[in-house]
Amino acid sequence: MAEGAAPIIAAKGLHKWYSGVHALKNVDFYVTKGEIVGLVGDNGAGKTTLIKVLSGVHRPDQGQVFIEGTPVDIATPKQAMDLGIETIYQTNSMVPTMSIARNLFVGREPLTASFFGIGLMDHAKMRDDSVKAIADVDLHLRSPDALVGELSGGQRQGVAIARAMYFKSKVLILDEPTNHLSVKETSKVIGFVKGLRAQGLTGIFISHNMHHVFQSCDRVVAMARGEVVLNKPIGDTSIDEVHGYL
Amino acid sequence: MSAEAVPTTKPKSNAIGAPSILRRHGSQLGILGVGLAMWLAFVVMAPTVFLDIDIYKAFAESTPFFAIPALALTFVVITGEIDLSFPSVMALGTAAFCQVSEAGFPQWLGLMAGFATGAACGWLNGALVSRLSIPSLVITIGTSFLYRGIELVMQNGTGVPLTEEKYATMLQIFTGQPFGVPIQTLWAVAFTGFLWVLLNRTRFGAHVFLVGDNPTSARLMGVNVVSVKTWCFVLTGLFAVFSGLMTSFVGNYFWPTTGDGALLSSIASVFLGGTSVFGGTGTVLGTLVASYIIGAINAGIVSAGVNAFYTQLVFGLVIVVSVVLQTIIERRLQRRPIITN
Ligand SMILES: Nc1ncnc2c1ncn2[C@@H]1O[C@H](COP(=O)(O)OP(=O)(O)OP(=O)(O)O)[C@@H](O)[C@H]1O
Ligand SMILES: [Mg+2]
Repeated sequence: MAEGAAPIIAAKGLHKWYSGVHALKNVDFYVTKGEIVGLVGDNGAGKTTLIKVLSGVHRPDQGQVFIEGTPVDIATPKQAMDLGIETIYQTNSMVPTMSIARNLFVGREPLTASFFGIGLMDHAKMRDDSVKAIADVDLHLRSPDALVGELSGGQRQGVAIARAMYFKSKVLILDEPTNHLSVKETSKVIGFVKGLRAQGLTGIFISHNMHHVFQSCDRVVAMARGEVVLNKPIGDTSIDEVHGYL
Repeated sequence: MSAEAVPTTKPKSNAIGAPSILRRHGSQLGILGVGLAMWLAFVVMAPTVFLDIDIYKAFAESTPFFAIPALALTFVVITGEIDLSFPSVMALGTAAFCQVSEAGFPQWLGLMAGFATGAACGWLNGALVSRLSIPSLVITIGTSFLYRGIELVMQNGTGVPLTEEKYATMLQIFTGQPFGVPIQTLWAVAFTGFLWVLLNRTRFGAHVFLVGDNPTSARLMGVNVVSVKTWCFVLTGLFAVFSGLMTSFVGNYFWPTTGDGALLSSIASVFLGGTSVFGGTGTVLGTLVASYIIGAINAGIVSAGVNAFYTQLVFGLVIVVSVVLQTIIERRLQRRPIITN
């Protein structure tokens, strides 16, 4: 880790039990500014659990999370979002019955004027800004009013990534964004991830596909049975070495 | 594939248009159609009655009794929950008003006590449902007995006369007839407008739909599910008290049984109005229209000279037929491809 600058997000000594299952065992993890970390591991290794702790879905049973060096207690996903942690989950990342514009602003709808937090939603701003945000990730959708339920899986992930980028996340966490996607859609999503790196964004990319990780990340962290078993810059390791640890 | 068939540019297959008006409001068509058909049938059956303004006045006075709680109940149902305790809240809130007013305090203080009681009842329902994840169907049956019990004990089972001399202003507010229109319906329409804005134009409203659509993903996206659900129950408590006060003033008497008879009509209005039992979709306008259809059946059957025994039969038919129609229309519309190339 570089001296001086504290990592954007870090976790020390995390433990998490799910009624008997020890899902995280003394996990240390960090992401420094401007790097994309690939998080790999077999099914049930604890990857999703780790990022759920970082994004306020679960609280750790032991251990501490730090944002830019400051200890934080993230109780809800909303708090994580307010701290700049945007997460795109394996499932449930969109509301299919709502338009693209509405999905982009879910939970953070802009208001025209507000009195004590009660105000009218600014639909015009949502539409205009969502058109821009979507164009920024190089997606081509005719209308921001189209329902997300009618988008393909890859397009949905594009919208989810556009959402995270629009809100200028400090850390963008992608949990298997290419799950259930065709080869073509997958390469589109990998394109989004590479785009993030090119723009100097910070992120965590979870994938089962080692080639995708080696193509689009700066560093790889491998987990097995709830523990971190490897943590190396991409340049200092190989797919075979990582496989050896899983 | 033959070489000449290969297009030079890729089709823009990922361009998807917005859904049509029909698609978005299709489920409303069923209820409007049934309402219109029923009205025409009444006009044909009893033209003298149904082309006269009096019949409309009659049910404009009586329908808001269950329409007003139904409007707020729509919010609760959209979040995927139900509130069976609001009839008891109607009585308990009105009892609070009566106790404070009859004890010699100003009546506006009585109103505040009434609405505070409604809000507290709603809050308790909401907290039990959202914080402890108790199914609302179960817990609101419990609180329904609880609130009714508290009210009966408070009132010792006796009612309170609400006389013209003592409650002139309140009677104006709840039973007046500005410009000859029954104020009950004006209130119902005003509340519909207010709740429509709340549901469709505010962040809170957007979150009501999200919570109903999928509470887990709503939470992941940063929505405070507990607070949204709780507020929906509070809203229902407040509107229940309004309706309880209104019916009591209409009858110039507060009966300890106030609220009886509202439950099924209100719930029927919500579902007939197109709100999904599964949560996630619904409209207050649909609930309002459905309430008046149900109100019209009661008033209409009797006035049309049909034996009053038929009321329940027609009532049942209308509900079953409209819900079936609605479901069919919705399925049809869903299947229609709307992707444009
Ligand atoms: N909500 C839960 N309740 C109980 N056990 C859970 C829960 N979520 C995860 N687990 C368990 O915790 C362990 C780690 O699961 P986790 O989802 O973090 O794995 P993962 O590395 O994300 O796997 P995958 O690659 O399959 O997504 C597994 O043994 C899993 O069965
Ligand atoms: Mg996982």
